[in-house]
Amino acid sequence: MTNAYREDFPILLQDDTIYFDNAATSQRPRQVTEAMRYFDENCNANPMRGLYRWSIEATERYEQARADAAELIGAADSREIVFTRNTTESINLAAYSWALHNLKEGDEIVVSVMEHHSNLLPWQMAARQTGAKLVFLEPEPDGTLTEQEITSKITEKTRLVAIGHVSNVMGVTNPVKLIAQTAHKAGALVLVDGAQSTPHMQVNVQELGADFYAFSGHKMLGPMGIGVLYARKELLEEMPPFLSGGEMIEYVSRESATYAEIPHKFEAGTVNASGAAGLSAAIRYLKNVGYDTIREREECLTARLMEGLRGLPYITIYGSEDPKKHCGIVTFNIEGCHPHDVASVLDTENVAIRAGHHCAQPLMKFLGVGSTARASLYFYNTEEEVDRFVEKIGKVRGWLGY
Amino acid sequence: MELKTLYREIVNEHNLHPEHKRNLENPTMVLEGVNPSCGDDINLQLEIRDGVITDAAFNGNGCAISQASADMMIDLIMGKPLEEAMRLQKSFMGMIQGTASEEEIEELEEAAALQDISHMPARVKCAVLGWRTMREMVEKLEGE
Repeated sequence: MTNAYREDFPILLQDDTIYFDNAATSQRPRQVTEAMRYFDENCNANPMRGLYRWSIEATERYEQARADAAELIGAADSREIVFTRNTTESINLAAYSWALHNLKEGDEIVVSVMEHHSNLLPWQMAARQTGAKLVFLEPEPDGTLTEQEITSKITEKTRLVAIGHVSNVMGVTNPVKLIAQTAHKAGALVLVDGAQSTPHMQVNVQELGADFYAFSGHKMLGPMGIGVLYARKELLEEMPPFLSGGEMIEYVSRESATYAEIPHKFEAGTVNASGAAGLSAAIRYLKNVGYDTIREREECLTARLMEGLRGLPYITIYGSEDPKKHCGIVTFNIEGCHPHDVASVLDTENVAIRAGHHCAQPLMKFLGVGSTARASLYFYNTEEEVDRFVEKIGKVRGWLGY
Repeated sequence: MELKTLYREIVNEHNLHPEHKRNLENPTMVLEGVNPSCGDDINLQLEIRDGVITDAAFNGNGCAISQASADMMIDLIMGKPLEEAMRLQKSFMGMIQGTASEEEIEELEEAAALQDISHMPARVKCAVLGWRTMREMVEKLEGE
């Protein structure tokens, strides 16, 4: 079956490469690269400060991206959108600016064992510096976080729950709404790592109950180097700046400064305006495709992939048995074959997958493996690619000497 | 050599049937070598008598390239004086960095098959793990 969306992705048209590493970064459609080229060729100027036409247009495009991002995730106010480089920077911003100023000894930060390192290390840092304690939510073997686990770990000591919306290894969608309700009842805030969910599902931060929400442009068709931290306005207003310098001030004297209004006080220095223009285009593209179509395509492809892999001997698939609970992510191992060898031999067959610990070493330990291979799909992948992939996986053990 | 050929002709044999993957009864030196980013680890055991590697073995977990490379290294350094082992180590590192001469590569015998790893940046650390660990052990000895 052909997939009409592929026509928009030049990189997918150049040869028969099977790109199954979408959870690491997605590919960019022409519409995104064209929006960035338009910016570069028509209004490239430093936004925010200029009093001339190009700078004004650059500012407009940058602020339009902010409005687009706000709408995408259901933020009440576009001033609640802070542009960063990526999810990692967004979470660090929250850790340095909020956590270091609000946590104290005896407080608890709750995270899950499934977190990507970028939603773990900033909290380890905050815990070390404030004396707060890290508490871990332990999933079931298939990655599910039970209500019992959630309600027993989130207590009146909890000040923050930092949770991935979708695990980058298991593909499981965490019950963020339940977690947020529990956290809020206990008087804690919730930070949601949306890096793996925003590309695949309609997100509404207000419905979810997220106080902070972080995501990256490059995993959702946009360019690298632009990401978002959403935070409720009251929080942003009270938080001190993360970085200081240009573009984030109101008034500066020799010894002191007053900061600009939110969100600008968190966007020190010249911003990535052409990246923001690319993100705008990516959001438009995603909306045109529609999250329903994206989910349908992914579920169909994931079911086919899991069925194909289950038909092969020596394969272990991690996570739920239900393809609908994988968000396009299928993590697996081939008995006797190290995932790095698997990925290397697949590369010689023009297949791109990720292998290793996926920046989730505590989860690897939980699963009892050193590393795993991961195929991650997006709506522009095809049934034909899935079939070809499964066929090649069936040959890997042979290539590795079995 | 194409990667699949490399696996078929060299790596698989040393990975699936490593001759030296065992424990020494009386090692004079043991060192753990790790590639933290990929989780490969090697426990290299040497028996050194009067400046000569009289016996060597390894244990560990990791990808086929890391394990096979360690096995081939032991083939080469067994029975050799430390200076000779270090010379071979330099040749191997040079081969991987693409700076070794043809004579140097030839001396590496079967391990020379790994020279195309120099074109696979992601796998370089796997190929050199055993050699790097051996170098650290010898340097430690020299420092004592």
